[in-house]
Amino acid sequence: MLTDAFDAARGERVGILDPDGRVLRPDLLPALTPDDLRRVLALMILTREADRKALLLQRQGRLGTFASSLGHEACQVGSAFGLRAEDWAFPYFRDMGLYLTVGYPLATYYHYWMGNEAGFRTPDGLNLFPFAIPVASQIPQAVGAALAAKHLGKPLAVLTTFGDGATSEGDFHEGLNFAGVHRAPVVFVCYNNQWAISTPISRQTASASIAQKAAAYGFPGLAVDGNDVLAMIAAVREALDRARSGGGPTLIEAFTYRMSHHTTSDDASRYRSREEVETWERRDPLARFRAYLAAQGYWDQDFEGRLGAETGARIEAAVAEAEKTPPASLEDLFVFTYKEIPARLAAQLAERKMQLGGAR
Amino acid sequence: MNLNMVQAINQALAQALAADERVVLLGEDIGPDGGVFRATEGLSERFGTDRVMDTPLAESGLVGAAIGMAALGLKPVAEIQFLGFIYPAFNQIVSHAARLRNRTRGRFGAPIVIRTPYGAGVGALEHHSESTEALFCQIPGLTVVVPSSPVEAKGLLLASIRSEDPVLFLEPTRLYRAGKEEVPEAAYEIPLRRARIVRPGADLTILAWGAMIPISLQAAEEAAAAGHSAEVIDLRTLSPMDEEAVLASVRKTGRALIVHEAPRAFGAGAEIAALLAESALLHLKAPVLRVTAPDITVPLAKSEAAYYVDAGRIGAGITRLMEF
Repeated sequence: MLTDAFDAARGERVGILDPDGRVLRPDLLPALTPDDLRRVLALMILTREADRKALLLQRQGRLGTFASSLGHEACQVGSAFGLRAEDWAFPYFRDMGLYLTVGYPLATYYHYWMGNEAGFRTPDGLNLFPFAIPVASQIPQAVGAALAAKHLGKPLAVLTTFGDGATSEGDFHEGLNFAGVHRAPVVFVCYNNQWAISTPISRQTASASIAQKAAAYGFPGLAVDGNDVLAMIAAVREALDRARSGGGPTLIEAFTYRMSHHTTSDDASRYRSREEVETWERRDPLARFRAYLAAQGYWDQDFEGRLGAETGARIEAAVAEAEKTPPASLEDLFVFTYKEIPARLAAQLAERKMQLGGAR
Repeated sequence: MNLNMVQAINQALAQALAADERVVLLGEDIGPDGGVFRATEGLSERFGTDRVMDTPLAESGLVGAAIGMAALGLKPVAEIQFLGFIYPAFNQIVSHAARLRNRTRGRFGAPIVIRTPYGAGVGALEHHSESTEALFCQIPGLTVVVPSSPVEAKGLLLASIRSEDPVLFLEPTRLYRAGKEEVPEAAYEIPLRRARIVRPGADLTILAWGAMIPISLQAAEEAAAAGHSAEVIDLRTLSPMDEEAVLASVRKTGRALIVHEAPRAFGAGAEIAALLAESALLHLKAPVLRVTAPDITVPLAKSEAAYYVDAGRIGAGITRLMEF
């Protein structure tokens, strides 16, 4: 068990690959087929390129304020890779990799950030809550879903993700406490990217690690190199399996870095040094994983070229689709407020229709 | 059977639990202790602690958990011990429960009920007597229900539990044990979003809810002796409000007296007054009048009478309207 072998309170962190992609701990390698490994790389590349595209679109005025995931590809894809179709996920707002890994349509993801309500439509069959913008509020919801699964006798697990800032919120503590008391089948993954807008982790918590906070709630916590996708997959898989088999919750701290600004409205150069960013650039999760795959003989320039072309085409198609989708109809804005539209809203809808009709 | 409001609520919860496996109750002290007002008494013994679940002392956590439970198909009924303690959960209610249906284009809703006692009149501690329903009435997607009698409480609660939208179910503390009435044994529902005429009348309309209903009826009886015929409307669902019922009555009587125990400014009464100004102005024979608590913090027990609306203040309002 990784949670027995790595003591977060002593600063121990699960890592399988070194920054150059060499295998440090072959004993911990997760069981993945070559196809799995290539799929992981494809998802990480898609996450990075779709993110870069979003940043570009934002600068062109074609997409609104955007929270970039650059640098989070390993922890996001790694967390979601262990989910099964029957599991549930309650992510926070910076989790593009999770969305793409569970099969959320990229065009729908872009819709949201483009300000089109079409981005609200969670596709049928995906057990995925819309990402929470208020910090940490999704955590108790994930615990409730996990308790419901337990109550209904469904052997599934629930994953919830959040940033380091969320660990200061009441909902983090309420949710973890609740989960510990009721042994909910839930996995908490904190992407500790060192900064909550301009607040560094040293001003966020006095704990030596976030993972060690789990001890206070009565369940295991594990710190993981969040830029090592194999370590993330191994750790989250083990935690999801523990949840599914009645072993209760786990807190995982993915130690990573937010390479971009908090959002496109933020300027991170005001509060952090160039040296710090460069240090983390050398720990790039994609370069590391590529190097590993190359050494295993699963990667070469041809493969990268094909993947790049596929990814680029997929992103362009998603952008085109998102941009051609008209904004929500007036009815659409009204009818999802309640299951059945109240008379008051029906009257207001009719009034708006008349006003807008008259203006045209 | 003759039941008080707490007993009627207890019966409704028992029947909901018995009728539908998906119904679960969660809250602080609601298990073996039966809740601070005993509304869940005997239910954990009968249905088990998995379905009548004591939670850690964490309002946001338990309302958030209820939202997640609903996602997997359960029908959670959460109890908050007093409305004055709901504020830690405000974010879960406003930012999530109320807008989940909209945020998923109908894929998920949050069919949860949050039950909580509220209101002054029982000499409770600080933070136990507030009447802040208006804070919740402005939230799109949320339904705010207030019963005014044991019969109403049972039927409205069963309808709230069956609702597919989140419901804030405000139980007037003052009416919990104020009296008993014959409550039908079988389960029944009183439709949400529909007001009721508690007492028909011709000269003015009293618009009220919750604990203001019995005293409004008392004031109406007293006014009848002076020859004034007051119609008393119980709004029952504050939001979305039954505007048609309000307008129909006031268009008929031509006078409106709004009674609430919450502070006056920006309260639910202001919304009703605005509705009447917009849609019934030419029917009005007198200005719309509000009888409410003042805009002050609810005083401690010994000064509560200075705050609380009583039949005398309502009676004075009636006189003012009739003599305008």
